[in-house]
Amino acid sequence: MQASSKPGLSVNIVTNTGTATHGETASLPMRMTISKVDFYYGSKQILFDINMGIADKRVTALIGPSGCGKSTLLRALNRMHETVHTSRLEGEIQLDGQNILAQDVTTLRRRVGMVFQRPNPFPKSIFDNVAYGLRINGIKGSISEMVEKSLRRAALWEEVKDHLHKSAYELSGGQQQRLCIARALAVEPEVLLLDEPCSALDPISTAKIEELLVELKNLTTIAIVTHNMQQAARVSDFTAFVLTGQMIEFSATPQLFTTPSDPRTEAYITGRFG
Amino acid sequence: MTARVKWRRFVSNFMLTLTGVCALVSVSVLFFILGYLVFNGGTSINWAFFTQLPKPVGEAGGGMANAIVGSAKLLMAASLFGVPIGFLGGIYLSEFSGSAVASVVRYAADLLNGVPSIVIGIFAYSVVVLPFKHFSTLAGAFALGLMMIPITLRSTEEFLNGVPRYLREGAMALGASKWKTIASVVVPAAYRGILTAILLALARVAGETAPLLFTAFGNRYWSQGWGQPTASLPVMIFTYAVSPYEDWHRQAWAAGLVLLGLILIINILARTILSRGIAVPRS
Repeated sequence: MQASSKPGLSVNIVTNTGTATHGETASLPMRMTISKVDFYYGSKQILFDINMGIADKRVTALIGPSGCGKSTLLRALNRMHETVHTSRLEGEIQLDGQNILAQDVTTLRRRVGMVFQRPNPFPKSIFDNVAYGLRINGIKGSISEMVEKSLRRAALWEEVKDHLHKSAYELSGGQQQRLCIARALAVEPEVLLLDEPCSALDPISTAKIEELLVELKNLTTIAIVTHNMQQAARVSDFTAFVLTGQMIEFSATPQLFTTPSDPRTEAYITGRFG
Repeated sequence: MTARVKWRRFVSNFMLTLTGVCALVSVSVLFFILGYLVFNGGTSINWAFFTQLPKPVGEAGGGMANAIVGSAKLLMAASLFGVPIGFLGGIYLSEFSGSAVASVVRYAADLLNGVPSIVIGIFAYSVVVLPFKHFSTLAGAFALGLMMIPITLRSTEEFLNGVPRYLREGAMALGASKWKTIASVVVPAAYRGILTAILLALARVAGETAPLLFTAFGNRYWSQGWGQPTASLPVMIFTYAVSPYEDWHRQAWAAGLVLLGLILIINILARTILSRGIAVPRS
């Protein structure tokens, strides 16, 4: 690990205050800002001085080789890291200008939803899976209307509308993952975090989910972790490259993939390592 | 073929035969017992066995209606006492406790499970029967319930631990609190296993005699209430089997058959539950 605090940090990143300083980012409001975040599991430091922003109604991708800390960073955004007792986070993460560490964690997670690497529907019916978040959060209104709306948004409605009461496990892997997206969308999160949502899926299912993400950004703010660089290039507006726990470069996606400012980014995206 | 290869073949065939015979023995013991029970008990089972009280010595006929009802009451009360404690304790072990506390409780539960049932009976005798100066249904149920606690607790813990982490994360990521996650996702995902284990625990204590000998005691008539002694099938079998009367021996066989039938039904019920509902696929 290098000793300097901000090794190779590119110039065009978001500053600590969360306002962008370069290119398209300059005009965009930030939904979430991450300032000077250090992260530890026990005594092992995983993330080093991370600074970035998640732009409102855009897709932000986190890329980097396995074990670089990108998933850890994503999980910190809705405090899922707290399920591991030895974890420790320093620095500040804000949602709409408020420190998420000071908020009630269940409220935060309702506002910042998450879709996981592996489709993880509950052992319930398709309907009950989507309705789950509505029920536990005591959301008033017609549950079945909201379930339909969420399934439509996740582009799954047409495939499942005739067997909503079948087990969620009867769906294919790709459908299960879209069901999980529908389940997350049902509680209308302000930010949706996706942790390698396509890594367990076949190419056709992956294409459907990517298509879906591009549509969803009109609706919500998205942050996605992927080890698939082509995927990041296809779906995201901004890309952050993380290497050994450090933010190497964070810029608009076309710029990062065509004219990276850091030689390590260039080495990674051209496939020289990772 | 060299001698070495011959020897290897011989050892291989010998072990195949040995393990096969042992497997056959374990199966045939069950069928032997079953056949013996059906042969001896089947002829004594009739409608009166289920509906009538025991007849006085010397009079033929009569039944064990009071013992059947008594066993049912004992099992019901034992479950009401033992299952909630074991179940909630199991949830604590699996979901809330640190590993140090868990290992102590787990070890204690395993020890309690290993305590001979007659000792459980003596314990129930000294804490329930002696203070009330009365044998009672409740004392018997207390003893049986105690035996159900460790089985329920350990199996609840194990089935909850088997619920994959990604299901818990899925619920928490939707804003579910820890308890909500447990109550609405983790327990429902494991309930079939837990329910099966509870039924098997019930089947196990249904046949226990020793803890009832000096708690529920026995009764040749209908029990007068929860605070009074009651007849039960296992104790009835014991009493009738050691008696010198031929007619009672036949009734004891019949009672044994009924008890076995009951346990068989519980087992089938448990398997039916296991095969229904939505199971979490194995990863």
